[in-house]
Amino acid sequence: METTKTASPTTNQLGYARNDYVGAKSTLCSGCGHDSITNNLISALFQSSVNPYQVAKMSGIGCSSKTTAYFLEKSHGFNSIHGRMAPIATGAYAVNSQLLSIGVSGDGDTASIGMGGFVHLVRRNVPIVYIIENNGVYGLTKGQFSATADEGSTLKSGEINHFHSIDLCALAIELGCGFVARSFSGDAKQLVPLLRAAFEHNGTAIIDVLSPCITFANHEGSTRSYDATKEHNFPLHELGFVSAKEEIHVDYEEGTVLPVTLHDGSILNLKKIDGREHDPRDAKKALDLLYTSRHKQEFVTGLLYFNPDVTEFKQALELTEKPLSHLPTEGLRPSKEELSKINATFK
Amino acid sequence: MLENISITIGTVNGSGSQSANVILQRAIFRMGVAVVGKNLFPSNIAGLPTWFIIRANTKGYSSIEPKSDIVVALNPQTANEDLQHLKPHGLYIYNSSVKLTRPIPEGCTAVSIDFTKLAGQVVESIKIKKLLTNMVYVGVLCEILGIPQDIINTTISDQFSGKDNVIDMNQKAVQSGREYARQIPELNTSKKLSPSDLNKNKILIDGNTAAALGSVFAGCTFASWYPITPSSSLAENFEMYAHCLLKDDNQKNKFAMVQAEDELSAVCMVAGAGWAGARAMTATSGPGISLMSEAAGLMYFAEIPGVIWNVQRAGPSTGLPTRTMQGDILSTSQLSHGDTRHVMLFPASPCECFDFATRAFNLAEELQTLVFVLSDLDLGMNHWTCKDLNYPTEPIRRGKILNKEALDKVSEFRRYADVDGDGIPYRTLPGTEHPHAGYFTRGTGHNDAAKYSEDPTTFEKLLDRLNKKWNTAKTMVPAPDIDKRTDKVGLVTYGSTHSMIAELRDKLAAQNVECSTLRIKAYPFTEEVRQFIDGHEKIFVLEQNRDGQMLKLLAMEYPYLAGKMKSVLKYDGWPVRAESFVEGVLHGNH
Ligand SMILES: Cc1ncc(C[n+]2csc(CCOP(=O)(O)OP(=O)(O)O)c2C)c(N)n1
Ligand code: SF4
Ligand SMILES: [Mg+2]
Repeated sequence: METTKTASPTTNQLGYARNDYVGAKSTLCSGCGHDSITNNLISALFQSSVNPYQVAKMSGIGCSSKTTAYFLEKSHGFNSIHGRMAPIATGAYAVNSQLLSIGVSGDGDTASIGMGGFVHLVRRNVPIVYIIENNGVYGLTKGQFSATADEGSTLKSGEINHFHSIDLCALAIELGCGFVARSFSGDAKQLVPLLRAAFEHNGTAIIDVLSPCITFANHEGSTRSYDATKEHNFPLHELGFVSAKEEIHVDYEEGTVLPVTLHDGSILNLKKIDGREHDPRDAKKALDLLYTSRHKQEFVTGLLYFNPDVTEFKQALELTEKPLSHLPTEGLRPSKEELSKINATFK
Repeated sequence: MLENISITIGTVNGSGSQSANVILQRAIFRMGVAVVGKNLFPSNIAGLPTWFIIRANTKGYSSIEPKSDIVVALNPQTANEDLQHLKPHGLYIYNSSVKLTRPIPEGCTAVSIDFTKLAGQVVESIKIKKLLTNMVYVGVLCEILGIPQDIINTTISDQFSGKDNVIDMNQKAVQSGREYARQIPELNTSKKLSPSDLNKNKILIDGNTAAALGSVFAGCTFASWYPITPSSSLAENFEMYAHCLLKDDNQKNKFAMVQAEDELSAVCMVAGAGWAGARAMTATSGPGISLMSEAAGLMYFAEIPGVIWNVQRAGPSTGLPTRTMQGDILSTSQLSHGDTRHVMLFPASPCECFDFATRAFNLAEELQTLVFVLSDLDLGMNHWTCKDLNYPTEPIRRGKILNKEALDKVSEFRRYADVDGDGIPYRTLPGTEHPHAGYFTRGTGHNDAAKYSEDPTTFEKLLDRLNKKWNTAKTMVPAPDIDKRTDKVGLVTYGSTHSMIAELRDKLAAQNVECSTLRIKAYPFTEEVRQFIDGHEKIFVLEQNRDGQMLKLLAMEYPYLAGKMKSVLKYDGWPVRAESFVEGVLHGNH
C-alpha cells in the first residue's frame, strides 16, 4: 500500500505544527503506557488537522484521566470526578455538538465506578472518542485490581484476582456501539489510524487501549505487564487511514484490503495480516472473536466492530442546527403573548 | 355570606377521583372563590386510601384546616375513621356500601347515598360506572355549595376537551348527583358559596408546572432528570412546554431533554451542559439530592452554573414519598464534602416558583455556581390559587462570559482570577476561537490560571475567594418579605409554611399576641434578616422538619442572636395547618 501526501510534514492543513497539539508536561511515572497513548493522540490530532478550539477534552479521575492536561493546551478541558466523565460529556455534547469530544478514562473510572454512565452513554450513542487507558489496576490509588483485570492474574503483593474480567469492547458491541476498537499503547502504527478514524465517526467510538502500569502491574503474574501485553497482542489488520480532507492516491492489491468508509468520507483501510480473517461489520463475529481470544488469553487488537448506521444522540434529541450554547440570549425567552395564552389555560 | 368551608373527600387511589377533585376545585375557583386543594395520596398505584381536602376562604387563608365541614366518605376502608375529620355540626356523606360501626358524632348530620346506582343511571359499563361515581359526588357537592351547572359543565368540557362522549357522560353524572341531592332535605344547607370576580387576575396552578414554565421563560435549554415523586411533574411539564415554545422554523428543538440513568448522571449532565454554555437544570427530591452530592461539590468548586429544583418530600431515606416536608434545608445548604456552600431560594407559591426560575438561572450564571430552588410536595403538586404568572421583568443575565471579541481586548485570560474584586471570575465557553480562551476545568486544587496546584497559600486563597463570592451573593439574592407590627414577637417562615401565616397571626392576635412576620426567600441571608431578628425580643422560626433546620442555619450565621430564637415545628408529612403552630408560639412566649 502506497500513499502520497501533499501536506507538508511540519505543519498540517490548518498551519499548525505538531507542537501546537501538546499540553503540559506529564507527571506520570516514566514509562507509563498512558504517556504513549498521549503521544499517539497528539500525532493523530496533528495529522488530522483537528481545530484545537473546537475540542472538548473530557476525563474522570485517575492517572489516565490526568492525561487530558498533557495534550491540546489550547483546548477546553474538563477533568471531572471519578466515574462521571460519561454523563458530563453527554451534557456538554447535547448543548454544543460542534465540539469534537475526546474522552480519556481509566478501567477503574469506566468499568467500576462509572459503569452506569458508560453503558448509557454508549446506548445513547453520544458522539465522543472514548479512550479507555486500560491497565487492569487502579494506578492512582496504588495498584488495586480493576474490574478488567484478568481472572487468575496477581497483584504485586501476590493477591489473586478471583473474579471474571469485564471486556469493555464486547460490552460496547452488545450495547450497539458503532465503533469498537482495541489497541496497545505502544503500537503507534495501529493506534494513530484508529484514533483518526474515531475522530470521523458519527457516534460513540470506543477505543480500549491496553496500557501497562509500569509501577503497579509490570511484574511476573500480571497479565498486563509490558512484555505480556506485547507477547499476547494479536493485531487483526494493518491499518491505513486516508483522510477525505487530503488528496491522496492509494494503490493496493485487489482483495487484500477492506476499506471502511467513515462519516466524512475518510477511509480506514484494513489490510489482512497473516491470512487472519475479520470483517468488522459483523457484530456476531466480533463477539465470537472476543470470546475465543479471551479463552486463548490473546489480546486481539484493531477495529473490532464498525457500523456507521446508528442513530446518533443529536438526531435522537431532534436538535436544532445551531448549538444550544450559541443560541442568542434574546431568542431564549418566549414572548409575553405566549405567557398570556398560558395563563388563560389555568383559569 | 359563607366565609369559610372545608371539605374532605376520602376515596381509593387509582379510582379516578383525582380528576374529579381537580374539576371540583377548578369549578369553585371559577366562581371567584379563593380555594386550595390538597391531595393526600399514598405511594402506591391503586387500592390504597387517599384524601382530598378543599378549603374555600374569603380572607385568603391558603392552608387547610384540621377538620372539615363536609366529609364525603367513599372508601369503605377509611369511612369510619373519616368521621373524626368532622367539625362539630359537620355533614357526613357516605357511600351506601359503607358499614358504619361508629356512631355519628353528636350534632353532626349523616346522609347515605348510593353513588354507584346514580352513576349506573348514566352508563352501564362497570368500569366507566366506577369512574363516574366520582362525578356523582362532585354533583352532590355542587348542589350543596351552590356551584352553578354552567360553571361545572364548562370545567368538565375544558378538562376533557376533544372527547365529546366523555364530556357528556361526566356532565350527566354531575347532573344526576345534583338532582338527587336536591331532594334530600339534609343536604339543603346554608353552605352556599358566593360568586365574585376576585379571581379575575388569578390562576389555579401547581408549583411544579409553574416552575417548569418559569424555567422555559428563564432561557433554560437543557434539562436532565430521573423520575422521582414529587419532582417528576416539573421535568415532564418542562418537556411539554419546551415542545410548544422552543422550536426552530423547522420544528427542531431549541432545547435538549435527557432522562438520565440516575441522579448522579442527571446532575453531571447539568454540569457538562452548564460548562459548555447552556442554561441547564435538573429536578429531583431527597434521595436524588443525596446522590447528587459529589457533583454538587464539583460545581461549587469548579464554578459551573446550574440549577437544581429540590421538590422536598418527607425523609429520611425513602421516607414518605408522597408527603411533604422541609427536611433538606441543612443538607442542601452544604451538599457535598469540604467547605461547600450552596445558594438556595425558597419560593412560597406557584407564582414565585415561576419568578424564581429566572432569578435562579441568573444567579447561577452571574455567580457561576449551583443554585438550588427548594420547593416541596405541597407547593409542587397541589393546586393553589395565585396571581397570574407575570412576564419576567428581569432580563436574562449570562454573567461574566468572555467571547472572542472580549478576549481580543484583554492581554491575558486567567479563569479564576478575581479581576473585579467581587470574588466572581470570568469564564469562556468551549468552542471560542481564540488562543487565550481554553482553560482546564478541574475539581482538584488549582491556581487562578486553572493549573493544578497543591500550594498551601494558593489553596487557602482559593477558598477565601469562594467565600468572598459568597458574600457578594448576599447582595444579589432576593430579600425577605417583612411585615413589622411589633418589636416583641417575630415569626420567621419560608416556603410552603408561609401559607398558614395570615391565619396563624389572626389566631395569635385573638389570644392577644401581636406578631411581626418575616419570610425568608434565600440563603445566604441578606442583611434584612439579621435586622429583623435583632429588632424583636423573641423570634419563632416555624418550619416543617424535626430539627429546626432553618433556625440552625440562622444560628450559624448569627451566633450572637441564637439565644432569642425558638423553633416551632410540624413534621407529620401533611400540608401545614395554622393550628399546629399556635400552641408552640403561645407556650414559647411565656
Ligand atoms: C468517589 C471517589 N472514590 C475514590 C476515589 C479514589 N480514586 C482515585 S483514582 C481511582 C482509580 C483510578 O483507576 P483507573 O480509572 O483505572 O485509572 P488509572 O489510575 O489506573 O489510570 C480511585 C479509586 C475518587 N477519586 N473518587
Ligand atoms: S501508577 Fe501506573 S498508571 Fe499511574 S502513572 Fe504510574 S505507571 Fe502510570
Ligand atoms: Mg487503571
